[in-house]
Amino acid sequence: MSKRTDRLMRGVFIASATFVSIIIFSIILFVGKQGVQTFRDVSPAEFFFSTDWTPLENRYGALVFILGSFLLTGLALLFAVPFAVGGAIFLAKYAPSWVREILRPAVDLFVGIPSVVYGLVGLTVFVPWIGKATGTAGFGVLAAALILAIMILPTILSVSEDALRTISRSLEEGSYALGATRWQTIRLVLLPAASPGVLTGIILGMGRAIGEAMAVQMVIGNAPLLPTGPGSPTSVLTTEIVKDMPNSIFGSTVNNALFLMSLVLLLVSLVLILLIRVIASRREV
Amino acid sequence: MGKLSDRVATILLWFIGLSILAILFWFLYRILSQGLPHLAPRFVFGMPEEILPGGGVGPQLFNSFYILLLSLAISIPLGIGAGVWLAEYAKKHWFTDLIRLSTEMLASVPSIVFGLFGMLVFVTVLGLGFSIIGGALTLSLLNLPILVRVTEETLRGLPGSYREASAALGATKWQTIKSVLLPTSLLGLITGITLVAGRALGESAILIFTAGVSVSRFAPDFNVFASGETLSVHLWYVLSEGLVPDAREIAEGSAALLVLVILIINLCLALPFRYWYRRSSGR
Repeated sequence: MSKRTDRLMRGVFIASATFVSIIIFSIILFVGKQGVQTFRDVSPAEFFFSTDWTPLENRYGALVFILGSFLLTGLALLFAVPFAVGGAIFLAKYAPSWVREILRPAVDLFVGIPSVVYGLVGLTVFVPWIGKATGTAGFGVLAAALILAIMILPTILSVSEDALRTISRSLEEGSYALGATRWQTIRLVLLPAASPGVLTGIILGMGRAIGEAMAVQMVIGNAPLLPTGPGSPTSVLTTEIVKDMPNSIFGSTVNNALFLMSLVLLLVSLVLILLIRVIASRREV
Repeated sequence: MGKLSDRVATILLWFIGLSILAILFWFLYRILSQGLPHLAPRFVFGMPEEILPGGGVGPQLFNSFYILLLSLAISIPLGIGAGVWLAEYAKKHWFTDLIRLSTEMLASVPSIVFGLFGMLVFVTVLGLGFSIIGGALTLSLLNLPILVRVTEETLRGLPGSYREASAALGATKWQTIKSVLLPTSLLGLITGITLVAGRALGESAILIFTAGVSVSRFAPDFNVFASGETLSVHLWYVLSEGLVPDAREIAEGSAALLVLVILIINLCLALPFRYWYRRSSGR
Protein backbone atom coordinates (compact mmCIF):
# COMPACT_ATOMS: atom_id res chain seq x y z
CA MET A 1 0.00 0.00 0.00
CA SER A 2 2.61 2.54 1.07
CA LYS A 3 4.84 1.35 -1.79
CA ARG A 4 2.07 2.24 -4.23
CA THR A 5 1.55 5.69 -2.70
CA ASP A 6 5.29 6.16 -2.86
CA ARG A 7 5.37 5.42 -6.57
CA LEU A 8 2.29 7.54 -7.18
CA MET A 9 3.80 10.56 -5.39
CA ARG A 10 7.02 10.17 -7.29
CA GLY A 11 4.94 10.45 -10.46
CA VAL A 12 3.20 13.54 -9.12
CA PHE A 13 6.54 15.22 -8.41
CA ILE A 14 7.95 14.39 -11.83
CA ALA A 15 4.75 15.65 -13.43
CA SER A 16 5.00 19.03 -11.64
CA ALA A 17 8.63 19.37 -12.65
CA THR A 18 7.79 18.52 -16.25
CA PHE A 19 4.95 21.04 -16.14
CA VAL A 20 7.41 23.88 -15.43
CA SER A 21 9.30 22.89 -18.55
CA ILE A 22 6.15 22.63 -20.63
CA ILE A 23 5.09 26.13 -19.56
CA ILE A 24 8.24 27.92 -20.66
CA PHE A 25 8.34 26.11 -23.97
CA SER A 26 4.68 26.81 -24.67
CA ILE A 27 5.26 30.50 -23.89
CA ILE A 28 8.07 30.58 -26.46
CA LEU A 29 5.95 28.60 -28.91
CA PHE A 30 2.65 30.52 -28.57
CA VAL A 31 4.15 34.01 -28.43
CA GLY A 32 6.62 33.11 -31.18
CA LYS A 33 4.01 31.60 -33.47
CA GLN A 34 1.75 34.61 -33.11
CA GLY A 35 4.69 36.98 -33.55
CA VAL A 36 6.21 35.53 -36.71
CA GLN A 37 2.87 35.87 -38.47
CA THR A 38 3.85 39.53 -38.76
CA PHE A 39 6.21 38.48 -41.53
CA ARG A 40 3.28 37.56 -43.78
CA ASP A 41 2.63 41.30 -44.20
CA VAL A 42 5.87 42.97 -43.13
CA SER A 43 9.40 42.13 -44.23
CA PRO A 44 11.92 41.35 -41.47
CA ALA A 45 14.12 44.15 -42.87
CA GLU A 46 11.32 46.67 -42.36
CA PHE A 47 10.46 45.46 -38.84
CA PHE A 48 14.02 45.39 -37.55
CA PHE A 49 15.59 48.30 -39.46
CA SER A 50 12.89 50.89 -40.13
CA THR A 51 12.10 53.62 -37.62
CA ASP A 52 8.71 54.36 -39.14
CA TRP A 53 5.93 53.01 -36.91
CA THR A 54 2.63 54.15 -38.47
CA PRO A 55 0.25 51.17 -38.24
CA LEU A 56 -2.63 53.19 -39.75
CA GLU A 57 -0.63 53.44 -42.99
CA ASN A 58 0.72 49.88 -42.75
CA ARG A 59 4.25 50.83 -41.78
CA TYR A 60 5.60 48.64 -39.04
CA GLY A 61 9.21 49.59 -38.32
CA ALA A 62 10.14 48.68 -34.74
CA LEU A 63 13.73 49.93 -34.69
CA VAL A 64 12.83 52.93 -32.50
CA PHE A 65 11.49 50.61 -29.80
CA ILE A 66 14.35 48.12 -30.00
CA LEU A 67 17.00 50.85 -29.84
CA GLY A 68 14.98 52.65 -27.18
CA SER A 69 14.86 49.55 -24.97
CA PHE A 70 18.62 49.12 -25.08
CA LEU A 71 19.32 52.84 -24.66
CA LEU A 72 17.00 53.08 -21.66
CA THR A 73 18.45 49.95 -20.06
CA GLY A 74 21.98 51.25 -20.60
CA LEU A 75 21.16 54.60 -19.03
CA ALA A 76 19.45 52.97 -16.05
CA LEU A 77 22.51 50.76 -15.50
CA LEU A 78 24.78 53.78 -15.78
CA PHE A 79 22.90 55.45 -12.92
CA ALA A 80 22.35 52.34 -10.82
CA VAL A 81 25.57 50.31 -11.03
CA PRO A 82 27.97 52.75 -9.27
CA PHE A 83 25.50 53.23 -6.44
CA ALA A 84 24.57 49.56 -6.21
CA VAL A 85 28.13 48.22 -6.24
CA GLY A 86 29.34 51.01 -3.95
CA GLY A 87 26.42 50.29 -1.64
CA ALA A 88 27.25 46.58 -1.67
CA ILE A 89 30.88 47.28 -0.70
CA PHE A 90 29.68 49.68 1.99
CA LEU A 91 27.26 47.10 3.41
CA ALA A 92 29.73 44.24 3.28
CA LYS A 93 32.88 45.97 4.53
CA TYR A 94 32.24 49.44 5.98
CA ALA A 95 28.80 49.68 7.55
CA PRO A 96 28.58 49.25 11.33
CA SER A 97 26.12 46.54 12.23
CA TRP A 98 23.30 48.91 13.21
CA VAL A 99 23.40 50.56 9.76
CA ARG A 100 23.37 47.13 8.14
CA GLU A 101 20.39 46.06 10.27
CA ILE A 102 18.40 48.99 8.82
CA LEU A 103 19.71 49.09 5.28
CA ARG A 104 19.53 45.39 4.41
CA PRO A 105 15.79 44.92 5.21
CA ALA A 106 15.05 48.30 3.60
CA VAL A 107 16.72 47.13 0.39
CA ASP A 108 14.81 43.83 0.52
CA LEU A 109 11.56 45.73 0.99
CA PHE A 110 12.22 47.79 -2.13
CA VAL A 111 12.47 44.71 -4.31
CA GLY A 112 8.82 44.11 -3.40
CA ILE A 113 7.42 47.59 -4.07
CA PRO A 114 5.03 47.46 -7.05
CA SER A 115 6.26 48.93 -10.30
CA VAL A 116 3.18 51.15 -10.64
CA VAL A 117 4.17 52.82 -7.36
CA TYR A 118 7.61 53.58 -8.81
CA GLY A 119 5.80 54.90 -11.88
CA LEU A 120 3.65 57.20 -9.76
CA VAL A 121 6.68 58.68 -8.01
CA GLY A 122 8.38 59.13 -11.38
CA LEU A 123 5.31 60.87 -12.72
CA THR A 124 4.80 63.19 -9.78
CA VAL A 125 8.46 63.93 -8.92
CA PHE A 126 10.93 63.30 -11.75
CA VAL A 127 8.76 64.40 -14.68
CA PRO A 128 8.08 67.88 -13.21
CA TRP A 129 11.76 68.28 -12.21
CA ILE A 130 13.03 67.40 -15.67
CA GLY A 131 10.29 69.53 -17.23
CA LYS A 132 11.41 72.54 -15.25
CA ALA A 133 15.10 71.95 -15.96
CA THR A 134 14.75 71.42 -19.71
CA GLY A 135 11.71 73.57 -20.51
CA THR A 136 9.75 70.60 -21.87
CA ALA A 137 6.88 68.49 -20.55
CA GLY A 138 9.49 66.34 -18.83
CA PHE A 139 8.25 62.99 -20.15
CA GLY A 140 11.03 60.99 -21.71
CA VAL A 141 13.96 58.69 -21.45
CA LEU A 142 15.66 60.48 -18.53
CA ALA A 143 12.67 60.21 -16.19
CA ALA A 144 12.27 56.55 -17.16
CA ALA A 145 15.97 55.80 -16.63
CA LEU A 146 15.99 57.45 -13.19
CA ILE A 147 12.98 55.50 -11.99
CA LEU A 148 14.35 52.24 -13.44
CA ALA A 149 17.68 52.90 -11.73
CA ILE A 150 15.92 53.07 -8.35
CA MET A 151 13.99 49.90 -9.21
CA ILE A 152 17.02 47.79 -10.14
CA LEU A 153 19.37 49.16 -7.48
CA PRO A 154 18.17 46.75 -4.74
CA THR A 155 18.55 43.73 -7.05
CA ILE A 156 22.12 44.56 -8.05
CA LEU A 157 23.04 45.59 -4.52
CA SER A 158 21.85 42.47 -2.75
CA VAL A 159 23.34 40.03 -5.29
CA SER A 160 26.68 41.90 -5.23
CA GLU A 161 26.73 42.03 -1.45
CA ASP A 162 26.16 38.29 -1.23
CA ALA A 163 29.05 37.78 -3.66
CA LEU A 164 31.36 40.00 -1.58
CA ARG A 165 30.40 38.22 1.63
CA THR A 166 31.08 34.72 0.37
CA ILE A 167 34.74 35.44 -0.47
CA SER A 168 37.02 33.53 1.84
CA ARG A 169 38.50 35.67 4.60
CA SER A 170 42.00 34.34 3.96
CA LEU A 171 42.17 36.32 0.69
CA GLU A 172 41.40 39.52 2.57
CA GLU A 173 43.78 38.75 5.42
CA GLY A 174 46.56 37.86 3.00
CA SER A 175 46.16 41.24 1.36
CA TYR A 176 46.26 43.11 4.68
CA ALA A 177 49.33 41.11 5.69
CA LEU A 178 51.08 42.42 2.58
CA GLY A 179 50.47 45.93 3.87
CA ALA A 180 47.58 46.90 1.57
CA THR A 181 45.05 49.47 2.79
CA ARG A 182 41.36 48.61 3.05
CA TRP A 183 40.56 50.29 -0.26
CA GLN A 184 43.48 48.60 -2.04
CA THR A 185 42.28 45.26 -0.70
CA ILE A 186 38.76 45.91 -1.96
CA ARG A 187 39.82 47.19 -5.37
CA LEU A 188 42.58 44.67 -6.10
CA VAL A 189 41.45 41.55 -4.24
CA LEU A 190 37.79 41.51 -3.22
CA LEU A 191 36.16 43.10 -6.26
CA PRO A 192 38.01 40.90 -8.79
CA ALA A 193 37.17 37.81 -6.73
CA ALA A 194 33.51 38.85 -6.47
CA SER A 195 33.23 39.99 -10.08
CA PRO A 196 31.23 36.96 -11.34
CA GLY A 197 28.63 37.60 -8.63
CA VAL A 198 28.56 41.34 -9.27
CA LEU A 199 28.20 40.71 -12.99
CA THR A 200 25.31 38.31 -12.31
CA GLY A 201 23.62 41.03 -10.26
CA ILE A 202 24.08 43.55 -13.06
CA ILE A 203 22.65 41.15 -15.63
CA LEU A 204 19.65 40.43 -13.39
CA GLY A 205 19.11 44.18 -13.05
CA MET A 206 19.42 44.56 -16.80
CA GLY A 207 16.77 41.89 -17.34
CA ARG A 208 14.44 43.64 -14.93
CA ALA A 209 15.02 47.01 -16.61
CA ILE A 210 14.47 45.85 -20.17
CA GLY A 211 11.29 43.95 -19.25
CA GLU A 212 9.69 46.63 -17.08
CA ALA A 213 6.53 47.97 -18.65
CA MET A 214 4.21 49.90 -16.37
CA ALA A 215 6.56 52.24 -14.52
CA VAL A 216 8.26 53.19 -17.78
CA GLN A 217 5.00 53.61 -19.66
CA MET A 218 3.82 56.18 -17.11
CA VAL A 219 6.81 58.52 -17.57
CA ILE A 220 8.29 58.01 -21.03
CA GLY A 221 5.77 60.01 -23.07
CA ASN A 222 4.84 57.22 -25.51
CA ALA A 223 5.66 58.72 -28.90
CA PRO A 224 7.17 56.36 -31.51
CA LEU A 225 10.14 58.67 -32.09
CA LEU A 226 13.84 58.40 -31.34
CA PRO A 227 14.73 60.54 -28.32
CA THR A 228 16.41 63.85 -29.16
CA GLY A 229 17.00 65.00 -25.59
CA PRO A 230 16.38 64.06 -21.96
CA GLY A 231 12.88 65.54 -22.08
CA SER A 232 11.65 64.32 -25.46
CA PRO A 233 8.90 61.70 -25.44
CA THR A 234 9.84 58.31 -26.84
CA SER A 235 8.78 54.65 -26.62
CA VAL A 236 10.38 51.30 -25.89
CA LEU A 237 9.27 47.73 -26.67
CA THR A 238 7.32 47.20 -23.45
CA THR A 239 5.55 50.56 -23.45
CA GLU A 240 4.47 50.26 -27.08
CA ILE A 241 2.90 46.88 -26.28
CA VAL A 242 1.01 48.37 -23.31
CA LYS A 243 -0.11 51.34 -25.39
CA ASP A 244 -1.22 49.63 -28.61
CA MET A 245 -2.44 46.23 -27.39
CA PRO A 246 -5.84 47.37 -26.05
CA ASN A 247 -6.64 49.17 -29.33
CA SER A 248 -5.71 46.38 -31.71
CA ILE A 249 -7.76 43.45 -32.93
CA PHE A 250 -6.45 39.94 -32.31
CA GLY A 251 -4.91 38.55 -35.50
CA SER A 252 -4.39 41.94 -37.18
CA THR A 253 -0.92 42.91 -38.38
CA VAL A 254 -0.40 45.47 -35.60
CA ASN A 255 -1.40 42.88 -33.04
CA ASN A 256 1.00 40.33 -34.50
CA ALA A 257 3.77 42.92 -34.59
CA LEU A 258 3.23 43.56 -30.88
CA PHE A 259 3.58 39.82 -30.24
CA LEU A 260 6.78 39.87 -32.29
CA MET A 261 8.09 42.68 -30.07
CA SER A 262 7.35 40.62 -26.99
CA LEU A 263 9.15 37.69 -28.65
CA VAL A 264 12.20 39.97 -29.04
CA LEU A 265 11.95 40.83 -25.31
CA LEU A 266 11.61 37.17 -24.42
CA LEU A 267 14.66 36.18 -26.48
CA VAL A 268 16.76 38.99 -24.96
CA SER A 269 15.80 37.77 -21.46
CA LEU A 270 16.70 34.19 -22.35
CA VAL A 271 20.09 35.29 -23.71
CA LEU A 272 20.70 37.10 -20.40
CA ILE A 273 19.93 33.90 -18.47
CA LEU A 274 22.35 31.96 -20.65
CA LEU A 275 25.00 34.61 -19.93
CA ILE A 276 24.48 34.15 -16.19
CA ARG A 277 24.86 30.39 -16.67
CA VAL A 278 28.12 30.86 -18.55
CA ILE A 279 29.45 33.10 -15.77
CA ALA A 280 28.38 30.60 -13.11
CA SER A 281 29.98 27.64 -14.90
CA ARG A 282 33.28 29.56 -15.26
CA ARG A 283 33.23 30.23 -11.54
CA GLU A 284 33.07 26.51 -10.79
CA VAL A 285 36.24 25.75 -12.73
CA MET B 1 49.33 57.95 -1.51
CA GLY B 2 47.71 54.68 -0.55
CA LYS B 3 46.53 56.24 2.71
CA LEU B 4 44.92 59.18 0.90
CA SER B 5 43.04 57.06 -1.64
CA ASP B 6 41.93 54.84 1.22
CA ARG B 7 40.48 57.81 3.07
CA VAL B 8 38.79 59.19 -0.07
CA ALA B 9 37.26 55.77 -0.77
CA THR B 10 35.96 55.49 2.79
CA ILE B 11 34.27 58.88 2.57
CA LEU B 12 32.84 58.11 -0.88
CA LEU B 13 31.46 54.71 0.17
CA TRP B 14 29.88 56.18 3.30
CA PHE B 15 28.33 58.85 1.11
CA ILE B 16 26.93 56.22 -1.29
CA GLY B 17 25.61 54.07 1.55
CA LEU B 18 23.92 56.97 3.28
CA SER B 19 22.46 58.34 0.05
CA ILE B 20 20.92 54.94 -0.75
CA LEU B 21 19.40 54.94 2.72
CA ALA B 22 18.19 58.50 2.15
CA ILE B 23 16.66 57.67 -1.26
CA LEU B 24 14.83 54.66 0.16
CA PHE B 25 13.44 56.57 3.12
CA TRP B 26 12.53 59.59 1.03
CA PHE B 27 10.69 57.28 -1.35
CA LEU B 28 8.72 55.58 1.43
CA TYR B 29 7.98 58.88 3.15
CA ARG B 30 6.80 60.46 -0.09
CA ILE B 31 4.37 57.63 -0.87
CA LEU B 32 2.96 57.35 2.64
CA SER B 33 2.77 61.07 3.42
CA GLN B 34 0.94 61.82 0.17
CA GLY B 35 -1.30 58.78 0.24
CA LEU B 36 -2.24 58.09 3.85
CA PRO B 37 -4.50 61.18 4.19
CA HIS B 38 -6.70 59.78 1.39
CA LEU B 39 -7.25 56.48 3.17
CA ALA B 40 -10.71 57.14 4.61
CA PRO B 41 -12.98 54.08 4.98
CA ARG B 42 -15.12 55.44 2.12
CA PHE B 43 -12.06 55.26 -0.14
CA VAL B 44 -10.67 51.92 1.02
CA PHE B 45 -13.99 50.05 0.94
CA GLY B 46 -16.13 52.20 -1.38
CA MET B 47 -17.17 51.55 -4.97
CA PRO B 48 -15.18 53.23 -7.78
CA GLU B 49 -16.58 56.04 -9.91
CA GLU B 50 -16.23 56.32 -13.70
CA ILE B 51 -16.59 60.06 -14.17
CA LEU B 52 -17.37 61.66 -10.80
CA PRO B 53 -14.80 62.34 -8.08
CA GLY B 54 -14.83 60.56 -4.73
CA GLY B 55 -14.67 56.97 -5.97
CA GLY B 56 -13.26 54.19 -3.79
CA VAL B 57 -11.16 51.12 -4.40
CA GLY B 58 -13.09 48.49 -2.43
CA PRO B 59 -13.64 46.00 -5.27
CA GLN B 60 -10.07 46.45 -6.50
CA LEU B 61 -8.70 45.70 -3.05
CA PHE B 62 -10.90 42.61 -2.86
CA ASN B 63 -9.83 41.48 -6.34
CA SER B 64 -6.15 41.93 -5.48
CA PHE B 65 -6.42 39.46 -2.62
CA TYR B 66 -8.83 37.12 -4.40
CA ILE B 67 -6.58 36.81 -7.47
CA LEU B 68 -3.51 36.47 -5.23
CA LEU B 69 -5.09 33.62 -3.23
CA LEU B 70 -6.30 31.81 -6.35
CA SER B 71 -2.90 32.12 -8.00
CA LEU B 72 -1.18 30.82 -4.86
CA ALA B 73 -3.63 27.91 -4.68
CA ILE B 74 -2.64 26.97 -8.23
CA SER B 75 1.09 27.58 -8.01
CA ILE B 76 2.00 26.36 -4.50
CA PRO B 77 1.29 22.64 -5.08
CA LEU B 78 3.00 22.68 -8.48
CA GLY B 79 5.96 24.75 -7.30
CA ILE B 80 6.54 22.68 -4.17
CA GLY B 81 6.09 19.47 -6.17
CA ALA B 82 8.71 20.48 -8.72
CA GLY B 83 11.03 21.73 -5.97
CA VAL B 84 10.73 18.44 -4.04
CA TRP B 85 11.54 16.51 -7.18
CA LEU B 86 14.64 18.64 -7.89
CA ALA B 87 15.89 18.38 -4.29
CA GLU B 88 15.03 14.79 -3.41
CA TYR B 89 14.67 12.68 -6.54
CA ALA B 90 16.57 14.24 -9.44
CA LYS B 91 19.93 12.76 -10.34
CA LYS B 92 22.52 14.44 -12.54
CA HIS B 93 20.90 13.84 -15.86
CA TRP B 94 19.94 15.78 -18.99
CA PHE B 95 16.31 15.85 -17.87
CA THR B 96 17.24 17.42 -14.53
CA ASP B 97 19.31 20.04 -16.34
CA LEU B 98 16.35 20.75 -18.61
CA ILE B 99 14.02 21.30 -15.63
CA ARG B 100 16.54 23.53 -13.90
CA LEU B 101 17.13 25.57 -17.05
CA SER B 102 13.37 25.85 -17.57
CA THR B 103 12.91 27.19 -14.05
CA GLU B 104 15.60 29.82 -14.59
CA MET B 105 14.13 30.75 -17.97
CA LEU B 106 10.65 31.05 -16.51
CA ALA B 107 11.99 33.29 -13.75
CA SER B 108 13.47 35.65 -16.34
CA VAL B 109 10.36 36.09 -18.51
CA PRO B 110 9.28 39.77 -18.45
CA SER B 111 5.84 40.10 -16.91
CA ILE B 112 4.42 41.77 -20.00
CA VAL B 113 5.29 38.62 -21.97
CA PHE B 114 3.39 36.54 -19.39
CA GLY B 115 0.53 38.98 -19.90
CA LEU B 116 0.45 38.46 -23.66
CA PHE B 117 0.76 34.69 -23.25
CA GLY B 118 -2.13 34.67 -20.79
CA MET B 119 -4.20 36.83 -23.09
CA LEU B 120 -3.50 34.50 -25.98
CA VAL B 121 -4.03 31.17 -24.20
CA PHE B 122 -6.42 31.74 -21.28
CA VAL B 123 -8.42 34.75 -22.45
CA THR B 124 -8.68 34.03 -26.18
CA VAL B 125 -8.04 30.33 -26.92
CA LEU B 126 -9.67 28.89 -23.78
CA GLY B 127 -12.32 31.62 -23.96
CA LEU B 128 -12.16 32.68 -20.32
CA GLY B 129 -12.34 36.37 -21.27
CA PHE B 130 -10.86 39.13 -19.12
CA SER B 131 -11.59 37.43 -15.84
CA ILE B 132 -10.40 36.80 -12.31
CA ILE B 133 -9.55 33.20 -13.21
CA GLY B 134 -7.65 34.25 -16.36
CA GLY B 135 -5.60 36.67 -14.26
CA ALA B 136 -4.99 34.13 -11.49
CA LEU B 137 -3.87 31.41 -13.92
CA THR B 138 -1.40 33.74 -15.62
CA LEU B 139 -0.17 35.17 -12.33
CA SER B 140 0.53 31.65 -11.05
CA LEU B 141 3.10 31.27 -13.86
CA LEU B 142 5.00 34.22 -12.36
CA ASN B 143 4.94 32.63 -8.88
CA LEU B 144 5.98 29.19 -10.05
CA PRO B 145 9.75 29.55 -10.58
CA ILE B 146 10.30 31.37 -7.27
CA LEU B 147 8.39 28.67 -5.40
CA VAL B 148 10.40 25.92 -7.11
CA ARG B 149 13.69 27.57 -6.19
CA VAL B 150 12.73 28.31 -2.59
CA THR B 151 11.47 24.75 -2.03
CA GLU B 152 14.58 23.21 -3.53
CA GLU B 153 16.95 25.44 -1.56
CA THR B 154 15.11 24.91 1.72
CA LEU B 155 15.06 21.12 1.33
CA ARG B 156 18.73 21.04 0.36
CA GLY B 157 19.54 22.97 3.52
CA LEU B 158 18.22 20.14 5.71
CA PRO B 159 20.84 17.75 7.13
CA GLY B 160 21.10 14.34 5.47
CA SER B 161 20.74 12.65 8.86
CA TYR B 162 16.98 13.49 8.82
CA ARG B 163 16.52 11.38 5.70
CA GLU B 164 18.73 8.57 6.96
CA ALA B 165 17.02 8.41 10.35
CA SER B 166 13.62 8.32 8.70
CA ALA B 167 14.69 5.63 6.23
CA ALA B 168 16.19 3.61 9.10
CA LEU B 169 12.77 3.60 10.76
CA GLY B 170 11.43 1.95 7.63
CA ALA B 171 9.72 4.98 6.12
CA THR B 172 9.34 5.18 2.37
CA LYS B 173 10.61 8.21 0.49
CA TRP B 174 7.17 9.82 0.35
CA GLN B 175 6.60 9.20 4.06
CA THR B 176 9.96 10.84 4.78
CA ILE B 177 9.07 13.87 2.64
CA LYS B 178 5.57 14.19 4.08
CA SER B 179 6.32 13.61 7.76
CA VAL B 180 9.91 14.80 8.17
CA LEU B 181 11.23 17.03 5.39
CA LEU B 182 8.23 19.25 4.56
CA PRO B 183 7.28 19.97 8.21
CA THR B 184 10.87 20.90 9.14
CA SER B 185 11.22 23.16 6.11
CA LEU B 186 7.89 24.89 6.77
CA LEU B 187 9.48 28.16 7.91
CA GLY B 188 11.59 28.45 4.79
CA LEU B 189 8.58 27.69 2.62
CA ILE B 190 6.44 30.32 4.35
CA THR B 191 9.15 32.94 3.90
CA GLY B 192 9.25 32.04 0.21
CA ILE B 193 5.48 32.26 -0.10
CA THR B 194 5.39 35.74 1.47
CA LEU B 195 8.05 36.81 -1.02
CA VAL B 196 5.90 35.53 -3.86
CA ALA B 197 2.75 37.08 -2.40
CA GLY B 198 4.32 40.53 -2.18
CA ARG B 199 5.43 40.36 -5.78
CA ALA B 200 2.14 39.02 -7.07
CA LEU B 201 0.14 41.63 -5.18
CA GLY B 202 1.97 44.48 -6.90
CA GLU B 203 1.90 42.94 -10.36
CA SER B 204 0.12 44.93 -13.04
CA ALA B 205 1.48 44.24 -16.53
CA ILE B 206 0.27 40.63 -16.38
CA LEU B 207 -3.20 41.51 -15.15
CA ILE B 208 -4.08 44.34 -17.52
CA PHE B 209 -4.28 41.84 -20.38
CA THR B 210 -5.81 38.95 -18.47
CA ALA B 211 -8.00 40.21 -15.60
CA GLY B 212 -8.98 43.43 -17.34
CA VAL B 213 -9.34 47.05 -16.27
CA SER B 214 -12.91 47.02 -14.97
CA VAL B 215 -14.69 45.58 -11.95
CA SER B 216 -17.94 43.75 -11.46
CA ARG B 217 -20.98 45.79 -10.45
CA PHE B 218 -21.34 43.55 -7.41
CA ALA B 219 -18.84 43.69 -4.61
CA PRO B 220 -17.43 41.45 -3.39
CA ASP B 221 -17.95 39.23 -6.44
CA PHE B 222 -16.63 35.70 -5.93
CA ASN B 223 -17.53 34.70 -9.49
CA VAL B 224 -14.18 33.76 -11.05
CA PHE B 225 -15.44 34.70 -14.52
CA ALA B 226 -16.15 38.31 -13.51
CA SER B 227 -13.61 40.83 -14.68
CA GLY B 228 -11.14 41.59 -11.94
CA GLU B 229 -9.23 44.86 -11.95
CA THR B 230 -6.77 44.88 -9.04
CA LEU B 231 -5.46 47.78 -6.99
CA SER B 232 -2.14 48.02 -8.88
CA VAL B 233 -3.91 47.97 -12.22
CA HIS B 234 -6.38 50.60 -10.97
CA LEU B 235 -3.53 52.88 -9.94
CA TRP B 236 -2.14 52.74 -13.47
CA TYR B 237 -5.54 52.91 -15.13
CA VAL B 238 -6.82 56.06 -13.42
CA LEU B 239 -3.60 57.89 -14.26
CA SER B 240 -3.30 56.74 -17.87
CA GLU B 241 -6.82 56.29 -19.17
CA GLY B 242 -9.21 57.26 -16.41
CA LEU B 243 -11.71 60.10 -16.71
CA VAL B 244 -12.17 60.91 -13.03
CA PRO B 245 -10.99 64.39 -11.98
CA ASP B 246 -9.41 63.12 -8.76
CA ALA B 247 -7.19 60.56 -10.54
CA ARG B 248 -4.06 61.75 -8.76
CA GLU B 249 -5.63 61.47 -5.29
CA ILE B 250 -6.91 57.97 -6.11
CA ALA B 251 -3.49 56.95 -7.43
CA GLU B 252 -1.71 58.30 -4.35
CA GLY B 253 -4.18 56.61 -2.02
CA SER B 254 -3.86 53.30 -3.89
CA ALA B 255 -0.06 53.53 -3.81
CA ALA B 256 -0.03 54.11 -0.05
CA LEU B 257 -2.50 51.25 0.44
CA LEU B 258 -0.36 48.89 -1.66
CA VAL B 259 2.83 49.82 0.16
CA LEU B 260 1.07 49.48 3.49
CA VAL B 261 -0.17 45.98 2.64
CA ILE B 262 3.31 44.95 1.50
CA LEU B 263 4.87 46.42 4.64
CA ILE B 264 2.39 44.49 6.76
CA ILE B 265 3.08 41.24 4.90
CA ASN B 266 6.81 41.79 5.38
CA LEU B 267 6.63 42.82 9.02
CA CYS B 268 4.00 40.37 10.23
CA LEU B 269 5.08 37.30 8.32
CA ALA B 270 8.50 37.42 6.80
CA LEU B 271 10.56 39.17 9.47
CA PRO B 272 9.47 37.23 12.61
CA PHE B 273 9.79 34.00 10.68
CA ARG B 274 13.26 34.90 9.49
CA TYR B 275 14.26 35.82 13.03
CA TRP B 276 12.82 32.64 14.49
CA TYR B 277 14.40 30.58 11.73
CA ARG B 278 17.81 32.10 12.38
CA ARG B 279 17.54 31.52 16.11
CA SER B 280 16.29 27.97 15.85
CA SER B 281 19.02 27.07 13.36
CA GLY B 282 21.58 28.63 15.67
CA ARG B 283 22.97 31.17 13.20
